[in-house]
Amino acid sequence: MPKMNLTHFEASVLFALFSSVVLGVITKRTDAERLRYGLRCFGYFVAALIGLGWLMYLGHG
Amino acid sequence: MPNVPKAPEPAPTRSWYPVVGLSWLIPGGGHFLLKRPGRGGLLAACVVLMFLLGLMMRGAMFQPQTGDILTTIIYCGGFVGDLASGLLYLLSIWLGYAQPDMAGHVHDYGTKFLVAAGLLNVLAMVDAYEIAIGKKD
Repeated sequence: MPKMNLTHFEASVLFALFSSVVLGVITKRTDAERLRYGLRCFGYFVAALIGLGWLMYLGHG
Repeated sequence: MPNVPKAPEPAPTRSWYPVVGLSWLIPGGGHFLLKRPGRGGLLAACVVLMFLLGLMMRGAMFQPQTGDILTTIIYCGGFVGDLASGLLYLLSIWLGYAQPDMAGHVHDYGTKFLVAAGLLNVLAMVDAYEIAIGKKD
């Protein structure tokens, strides 16, 4: 099994991507709703990721 | 006799045990059994890719440990999360995957990816269960 080195950002975006796809697939009833919900979840994940990243950067001093 | 309109018949249901069991063992398998190959394929791809990424990042598998309440929750919960990946977890253990818990952010992400793959599979199992009992279309 090859070894993989990812940055914090890459790993978090991959995590967000897979989680959003699953959340989109299982929660809504039509394909259009699923796509919209999945994209919205992914957007929220990335926004939280960037927001928390800046918070930690600024809080670190 | 007047023609009384019939109430719509409920969606046909089937026994949920094999569906949930297969969903656990093979991610997305329950959806394939219920003839939802699109959903099953997407769920399977996400769970398998997340698990493989966790292995490639050399994440550690949790072993159940007891002690103080936090240790019990983290290690027993993590073990249940790992186990929820079904055959992926069993195969990796049977094939000798035994990564010790090491310091470093990549290993740490790997450990979380392995647990999260199992938790996503739990969501897929719940979805398959709801389809099997006719609660969802």
